[in-house]
Amino acid sequence: MSYNLSNLLYLITIVTFVLALRYLSNPAHARRGNQIGAAGMVLAIVVTWVKVGSTSWWAIAIAMLVGGGFGAVAARRVRMTAMPQMVALFNGVGGGAAALIALAELHRVLPPPGAPKADITIGIVLSALIGSISFSGSMVAFAKLQELIGGRPITYVGQQFVNGALFIGALGCAISLVAGVQVEWLLWVTIVASLAFGVLFVLPIGGADMPVVISLLNAFTGLAVALGGFELQNNVLIVAGMLVGASGTLLTLMMARAMNRSVANVLFGAFGQVSEAAAAVAAGDGGTVRSATAEDVAVMLAYAHKVVFVPGYGLAVAQAQHDVRQLADLLESKGVEVSYAIHPVAGRMPGHMNVLLAEANVPYPQLKEMDEANPEFSRTDVAVVVGANDVVNPDARNNQGSPIYGMPILNVDDAQTVVVLKRSMNPGFAGIENPLFYNPKTVMLFGDAKESITKLVADVKTV
Amino acid sequence: MSHNTLLVFEVTILVLAIFLGIEVISKVPTLLHTPLMSGTNAIHGVVIVGAMIVLGQPDKSAFTWIVGFAAVVLASANVVGGFVVTDRMLEMFKSRERPKKPDET
Repeated sequence: MSYNLSNLLYLITIVTFVLALRYLSNPAHARRGNQIGAAGMVLAIVVTWVKVGSTSWWAIAIAMLVGGGFGAVAARRVRMTAMPQMVALFNGVGGGAAALIALAELHRVLPPPGAPKADITIGIVLSALIGSISFSGSMVAFAKLQELIGGRPITYVGQQFVNGALFIGALGCAISLVAGVQVEWLLWVTIVASLAFGVLFVLPIGGADMPVVISLLNAFTGLAVALGGFELQNNVLIVAGMLVGASGTLLTLMMARAMNRSVANVLFGAFGQVSEAAAAVAAGDGGTVRSATAEDVAVMLAYAHKVVFVPGYGLAVAQAQHDVRQLADLLESKGVEVSYAIHPVAGRMPGHMNVLLAEANVPYPQLKEMDEANPEFSRTDVAVVVGANDVVNPDARNNQGSPIYGMPILNVDDAQTVVVLKRSMNPGFAGIENPLFYNPKTVMLFGDAKESITKLVADVKTV
Repeated sequence: MSHNTLLVFEVTILVLAIFLGIEVISKVPTLLHTPLMSGTNAIHGVVIVGAMIVLGQPDKSAFTWIVGFAAVVLASANVVGGFVVTDRMLEMFKSRERPKKPDET
């Protein structure tokens, strides 16, 4: 296939990718968009297949069957609640592929006399560097989300120094390669240092900051792929990679803004280390906690006009989304107006709660974003907080000493009554006290979220 | 086309792609941010094109052979997994579904 023809066909692929993203602006035809994108991908693979047309076609076919088979089985089998780790995993393998391509390309263009042009080596080294960080970082994110390792921040003395040294080492090797030191092992060092950096850089980041990290790693992989396009002089890689890079960057910034923290603070702040002063301020005014039984709460809910559910990561952990939906249906059948208030960083990835509730067949018009939900709380009878903590913590508004001060929150305390479903009085991931629990308007319903909701369903039926 | 001209074209495309990306993605509602991540994940699976080119090179060394093979495996997992997961997610988003009232006329 000629260079021009293949590039024209790649252009069609690019258009399908743009359409796929464009269709995502509306949930009604988002799925069709994804299918169009998939068709474009198939086209790109077929074009490349014909273009390469080498004797190694069987090797390519076997590799595609192995990888594709794994991808298909993993993606089909995974439970919807395990989506964040799947997204992290598939993101990581993409970055890994980009790094491997860079390695193979350098091997091809080195040693002299095939002395490569600087623009090719720039693509190679940066693609290897960023792809490797994305690969190992995503794998750590996967392990954290899958709970293979603890979700709490892991910190040690000199962490920033070690990370900095690794990164500078990787960058230094990369720069010397571009500058013309044509030794292959420099790229190996770059890759190994980047892999180590990726691991160490994600390890100290706490579970609740995962939405930012996952978005950032997504951007990294996109960038690595785009740079791969430079080394192979291939437009479809450049454009598709950069679309992903732009998307990931935008999401990263949005998530950080939703927490009112800078990206740097999320990445390097090791947020779990709460200053003792702030904790003391919060603990100082501890009032009494009112605990209620499921029967009490059921009566409250059944006689309310408007109930808003506020889901958090605890909902995902307890896998209580179907039970919540059942409770909501029951309340609706009793004439109660039900909606869901979704905080942008609730959960472990951007929009996590929306997918979770969609899985339970909650109609998406009932899912309200923060800006839409907040004015509604003042005319809400009962706000039910299910497994959310920091995103409803009034300290973010009032307590300047609090580590989350300034983060926009869902103002559930504007509602007539707040019901908090919680396992125990243990503070959330960051050990931050939540004065909401001591608010006279608040009642606590202790226990596993799933069991509590099941009890509520039974009790509301008898009211 | 000289080598440098090609590079300039590529940089032009890169920069335009950034703006296109920002333009298209800023229209995606927060409701669909997870499918957006997952969908863009599938899109960067296009790295498979590069992986196939590497593995498809004639007269390659054993090293390139192994690295290329691994790259194709990873990239195909990325493509298939990415699109399937996204499809499963988007399938779930329904505006309203009321199977309880089938006799609605």
